[in-house]
Amino acid sequence: MSLPTLPRALLVTSALLILLPLVVPGWIMFVMTKALFMFIAVLGVAVLLRGGLLTFGHALFYATGAYAAGFSVKWLGVQELLLLVPLGALSGMIMAALVGLIMARYREVFFAMLNLAFSMILFGALLKFYWFTGGTDGLAMGTATLLGTEFEGDSFGFYYFSLAIAGIVAFVVCRFMASPLGYFLRALYDNEIRIEYSGVAVRQIIYRTYILAGTLGGVSGVLAAFTIGHIVPEDAFWLQSGEFVFVALLGGFGGVPGPLMGAIAFELIQTYASKFFPLAWQMTLGIIMLIVILFQPGGLWAMYQKAERWLSRKGRDGEDA
Amino acid sequence: MDMRIVTIIFFDGVSYAATLFLLSLGLTVVFGVLRILNISHGGIYALGAYMGTGLALWVLDVGLPPAVTYLALFVGALIIGFSVGPVIERLLLRRIYGSDMHIQLLLTYSILLIMDDSMKLIWGMQPLFVSEPYALLGTFSVVGILYPWYDFVLIGVAVVFGGALAWLVRGTRFGKLVVSVINDREVSLAIGINVNLIFAVAFTVGALAAALGGALIAPKIAVVPQFALEVIVLAFAVIAIGGMGSIEGAALGAVIVSFARALAIHLAPELELVVIYLIMVVVLAFRPQGILGELELRRI
Repeated sequence: MSLPTLPRALLVTSALLILLPLVVPGWIMFVMTKALFMFIAVLGVAVLLRGGLLTFGHALFYATGAYAAGFSVKWLGVQELLLLVPLGALSGMIMAALVGLIMARYREVFFAMLNLAFSMILFGALLKFYWFTGGTDGLAMGTATLLGTEFEGDSFGFYYFSLAIAGIVAFVVCRFMASPLGYFLRALYDNEIRIEYSGVAVRQIIYRTYILAGTLGGVSGVLAAFTIGHIVPEDAFWLQSGEFVFVALLGGFGGVPGPLMGAIAFELIQTYASKFFPLAWQMTLGIIMLIVILFQPGGLWAMYQKAERWLSRKGRDGEDA
Repeated sequence: MDMRIVTIIFFDGVSYAATLFLLSLGLTVVFGVLRILNISHGGIYALGAYMGTGLALWVLDVGLPPAVTYLALFVGALIIGFSVGPVIERLLLRRIYGSDMHIQLLLTYSILLIMDDSMKLIWGMQPLFVSEPYALLGTFSVVGILYPWYDFVLIGVAVVFGGALAWLVRGTRFGKLVVSVINDREVSLAIGINVNLIFAVAFTVGALAAALGGALIAPKIAVVPQFALEVIVLAFAVIAIGGMGSIEGAALGAVIVSFARALAIHLAPELELVVIYLIMVVVLAFRPQGILGELELRRI
């Protein structure tokens, strides 16, 4: 993505997302709200993927954020989004800072597996310590408030709140990727040994990136909890982590637009597939993923860029003639 | 702790270890040779369970003697192993051998999703259950607790199958070729080993092991949708603890996980799941390659 084209694309996307509620039916707005929290979590997974790190346990942070909010609602009676979203970010960050101490030493399949193990520990604990966590029944979240005003999870207000948070998160991630840390992270993917030999602490890069990704997971968990209205131990299950990776690859993890496209496409596919083939919506997702992997490994974003290049070349040819 | 509980934990531990070993054997073989963590392994395992149970139910339906159900389970596993294995390897995996790890994992993950729904479409949402192979052998009693003889069948098959594979790798010419491919693909190719064939055989063996494990465990449990998604993560824990790619490692991992779980269930039931993954974290933290795994050299 070249820098000059970024502001235009950004403007168009924000305008579309802001104006969307005026034109589409209400149920699509619920799908879009879900896509927004999905986008935030997937952005974390995508940032790690940029460094060549695949996690199969990102649901750890997602569930940490969700349950941090859930416990606050249950015991403290706090429903205020302006308190709970930072709390989710903080809990995700602390969890990532702790787990990351071990994780920064691992790469490849070991990184994926260790992440999986940590998230499954949380899943096991949420499931079995039922007197504390509500067990398989989970916890009901109730209605969130923003500065005292109540917001249902499927309301316009909540959509705009999620959109604002997503905007902030997207900005932070863009800044991160444009920082020296972000460049080292990408270089890590190409050649880790060379980075090391040029005198950069690779573990520091991974540790900081991991904390960023964990924080995003926590934020996403809080928004998800209120959007869906209910949290269950399955939020920490490996399938949830698999979904995040799935969306990152569906959209393409090159930049910020990929995960956004991926998240929206994922939620739409899931909604329509479970409506038309209730027993085969996973199969639909699987088949689409196979097609993407085998024919367009860069994901939807790469597909879009290809189309754009093709169109602009065609436009130029037309002018010449 | 009285003798009774110790005995219960011991028998539970041993019989569950056999189950876990049969579950993870194929996964470790495929990872060892192809270097791909095959998430669809859980799907093949569940397919084996469904196919075996389906055939066994059919056998009973037609009025054949109940003893034929053993054959049915076995044939079901063979059908799945020899059909699904080569198809996945030839049509899908072969295209991504050189790709990044996330592409490989996502591909097998997609296959798992497709398989899981296929099973729902073919066999429905109701649990499938055939008890004959299990009930036919009867039970024996230790310190007043009844144990099924069928568990010994499982243990026997686990030992024989695991032993046969270990012998195949260690004691045959084919095994030497496999070891050569594991150590260096390019050099193996250069000295004239048919690497693609070895990959195909290894994946099919892995699929067979998965299907057989699934078919044999089916009479002990009711096969339900989503079964595939639950078992695969357990198999990951087993091979990560024992050492990914090592057959002996899978056996050791199965024993450790199984006894830890048996202890937890009887002493602190809340920890049943947590303890398995806690062990996984501890082992990975101190020995990333697993207890019996070999560390791969860092290639520049």
